[in-house]
Amino acid sequence: MNIERLTNWFRHLPTHIVLILLCALWLVPTLGLLVTSLRPVQAVNVTGWWTVLSPPIGSSEYAQQCSTCHGEEGDAIPDADLTDPEVVGDYPRSTQLLAMLEKEIDGQPHLEDNPLPDAQQAANIAVYLKRISGIDAPPRFTANNYIDALMGYRGKRTYLEDCATGEQALDLNCNISDLLNPRGMGRAMLNSLLVTIPATILPILFAAFAAYSFAWLDFRGRQFLFALLVGLQVVPLQMTLIPISRLYAQLGLNGTFWGVWLFHTGFGMPYAIYLMRNFLGSLPRDLFESAYLDGASHWTAFTRLAIPLATPAIASLAIFQFLWVWNDLLVALVFLGGTTPVLTYQISNMVTSLGAGWHLLTAAAFLSFLLPMIVFFALQRFFVRGMLAGAVKG
Amino acid sequence: MAETVVPKIMKQGKVTPWLYLAPALIVMTIFIVYPMFNTIGLSLRDKSGTASAAVTCSEDGPCWGIFENYRYALTDEIDPSSPATIWQSFWASSYGNNIKWILLMVTGTVGLGLLVALLSDRVRYEALAKALIFMPMAISFVGAGVIWKFVYDYGTQQVQIGLLNSILTGLGGKPVAWLSTPGLNTLALILVGVWIWTGFCMTILSAALKSVPSEIIEASRVDGASEWRIFWQILVPIIMPTIVVVITTMVINVLKVFDIVYVMTGGNYGSEVIANRMYTEMYKNFHSGRGTAVAVVLIVAIVPFMIINIRRFREQEAMR
Repeated sequence: MNIERLTNWFRHLPTHIVLILLCALWLVPTLGLLVTSLRPVQAVNVTGWWTVLSPPIGSSEYAQQCSTCHGEEGDAIPDADLTDPEVVGDYPRSTQLLAMLEKEIDGQPHLEDNPLPDAQQAANIAVYLKRISGIDAPPRFTANNYIDALMGYRGKRTYLEDCATGEQALDLNCNISDLLNPRGMGRAMLNSLLVTIPATILPILFAAFAAYSFAWLDFRGRQFLFALLVGLQVVPLQMTLIPISRLYAQLGLNGTFWGVWLFHTGFGMPYAIYLMRNFLGSLPRDLFESAYLDGASHWTAFTRLAIPLATPAIASLAIFQFLWVWNDLLVALVFLGGTTPVLTYQISNMVTSLGAGWHLLTAAAFLSFLLPMIVFFALQRFFVRGMLAGAVKG
Repeated sequence: MAETVVPKIMKQGKVTPWLYLAPALIVMTIFIVYPMFNTIGLSLRDKSGTASAAVTCSEDGPCWGIFENYRYALTDEIDPSSPATIWQSFWASSYGNNIKWILLMVTGTVGLGLLVALLSDRVRYEALAKALIFMPMAISFVGAGVIWKFVYDYGTQQVQIGLLNSILTGLGGKPVAWLSTPGLNTLALILVGVWIWTGFCMTILSAALKSVPSEIIEASRVDGASEWRIFWQILVPIIMPTIVVVITTMVINVLKVFDIVYVMTGGNYGSEVIANRMYTEMYKNFHSGRGTAVAVVLIVAIVPFMIINIRRFREQEAMR
């Protein structure tokens, strides 16, 4: 590396530091969620996710207080073999352990001249003893949280354990049908797909027709109507919820898929038409003129010319609408609620009514990220293009 | 504005355009236009929408007649006993919170978005850095709420499993209840909003910066202008129209913020915003009059930005 390149590198150092710091700030919270979702529940509630790679709880206390006599593996004294579950089973908690340590062995204090550990240290040692004796040795990483979240398991152990011993709750069958358990994320994922796919196709279909009309057909009030449309883009969702839910109550559409599909179609329309019309309008005019001269009708020009050429715009739009509907909470909350829970509803319900359970909540949240992440990283190009075309929506 | 892009030769019957428009116009009328008028009507009526709002007035309290729901929506959170309490209670109300959201979140997202757009332009890992900052846009507000609720977790025992409190206690401080301390919780929620929306601002601003001709910048470098001066006196003025667009878009987005607050605090501990208040009135208290009145207040706040939007659209059209 020559001097010039070195000085150049140092000149850019502040840029790198600030940028990398910002990237870390954006990545770390999500990383915490991912790591937590893969840790066993016992570990999640007592240690932070960043300690995932550090030695197990109690190992340092054990090394300090016990390992000189009992050995690093715990089996140095045959009469008090700490890897034997039957020996350790008598001291499951710090109180039993401390009581035992206070007793004398052959007239000598158990710990000789060393002071007794305090309650916290003793508790950690107890946890460590359970680990080395095999009574309770949770692995560092586990997929159980994801299984439990998918199946809607709400017990104290794990879905697999309960099913292995046949003690599962009444709403679980321990077979593939549990994926459809209304409390689980498997069912919610299916519901989300059932909501999202038609709610993505319908608005694009309607918008394509309208956009063609705005771009290549002439009618009175065209400009005025289109300006109105631009204004409608910013009407807040909240404004329309109450009248529509009253209307749906009369029509019996509350809690049905049709209700959400139609609502998302109506609400996605202004932005979809806006984007499509701008794209169609920017296509070369000669193209349409010559098609018409060749005797093509508007229907032919629309289906054979406009739609195939508008594929990039349709792709952008599809990604936008897909992510918007998939990630929506408010519409699902109001029109579907608990009868047909979607992913966002299920997660918000877990947060607000079930309290903690971070191991399940983090796994559930990550399950809901899977599809958007795939769509986003695979089709980022179209996403950005659609946004630059004027994303004012919601 | 009055241009005709339609080729003359393609003139068609009077009905055809409307046939193409019909499906879209029908759903928009049902789902956007009708609800807007209906909302305004309902906001002047009582709890169930059957009688005028005036009948709900209490005997001894103030009454705005048919606008009673607006009196409730606008003044219920305000403590009128003295000018100081009026200001304090307003600043702590859902309106005050929304103003805090706008001020901090718009500056935060636009500022950070511009910073990332500028810096990432000079490094080789630009695509990676931008993808990372943009990623929160792909996930739901609910998911982002879960991510950050975990960061803000307030442990009950000696252990802190929340990152922020763990850092605090590690530095010898006391853990903080980020989400249940009034005042502080709104700031904590706004940070989540900034985390989500910075990518949006960054992408649009970055595209604008890249479209600035490099000759201009090179020329001013040759003339000896500092990077700082190039930024403030050349780049910023050129991309100013885009900055304005990003700001108005963000203000509209922030006014409608709901999910983050709903998931993370439920609007408790003084963190309520306008959209949450509407939801509470309508779907928890089942008072459609008050709920719609809050919604109308929200749309009135949005109208100025809507006008800016239409005006920008007309300018764009004029340039086509």
